[in-house]
Amino acid sequence: MNSAVIVFPGSNCDRDLAVALEQVSGRKPHMVWHKDSELPDGLEFIGVPGGFSYGDYLRSGAMAARSPVMRAVKDAAARGVPVIGICNGFQVLTEAGMLPGALMRNARLSFVCRPVPLKVENSQSLFTAQYEANEEIVFPVAHHDGNYQADEAALDRLEGEGRVAFRYLDEVNGSARRIAGILNDAGNVLGLMPHPERVIEPAHGGSDGRRLFEGLLETVAA
Amino acid sequence: MKARVFITLKNGVLDPQGKAIHHALEGLGFSGVNDVRAGKLIELDLADGTSEREIEEMCRKLLANTVIENFRIEPLEHA
Repeated sequence: MNSAVIVFPGSNCDRDLAVALEQVSGRKPHMVWHKDSELPDGLEFIGVPGGFSYGDYLRSGAMAARSPVMRAVKDAAARGVPVIGICNGFQVLTEAGMLPGALMRNARLSFVCRPVPLKVENSQSLFTAQYEANEEIVFPVAHHDGNYQADEAALDRLEGEGRVAFRYLDEVNGSARRIAGILNDAGNVLGLMPHPERVIEPAHGGSDGRRLFEGLLETVAA
Repeated sequence: MKARVFITLKNGVLDPQGKAIHHALEGLGFSGVNDVRAGKLIELDLADGTSEREIEEMCRKLLANTVIENFRIEPLEHA
């Protein structure tokens, strides 16, 4: 799989994501710096990693969303290239207008850092096809601004269109309807706060995240 | 010229920081506080002649996230 990981100043999960992609697909991703205005040719997947891009200045993800490379990422997504935004990457994608809603400070203000159980709400997407419908899985979270909010109409639309990909089983950060991850309307952009790239082999304490990348690889290869 | 931009959370959007400040004020014995909402103040030093429309565009494109925030522009006297 020909993939790219976008790197912003302050990204810190870019290497974890690169290792996950290489382990699953056998190919190292291109690491693309935020100032690049063009992406490598023939990309089949783009990852926007976690971290604290631009020190979370103004709002988490706000600066990164306006960086030159994000225009190219938007164009690629519009052409149907699968894009995943994990944690800060999810914040970047909402700030860039590629996903609806916003990620606010956690409801209890504390940084949440622990494995959390999730329910796979949509097992038909190109990211989740390897999971069973309603399967319970565990991904770690590590965030301060993971409180997903959107107006009621937008939330109803997400639910009605099967665009809630993952939901927290327990209260984690105050997110509306316990939403942990959502898809765009075309289904090729996924944003989620939990970290699948941190659970791809048993030595990580779990491997539930591996199937996300395997499923993606299968879709891309098909 | 200078302008100030006030950014506040929209009504109905839960403000965890405002809530924590409220609790802290109560903890200090200030019992008459009904509610607290926290926001941001951004001061802009602008080229003379910058139109309010341009400042509004700055707010919409970057300074505020209009999904959850409102903004108010206060142009100041020429400094």
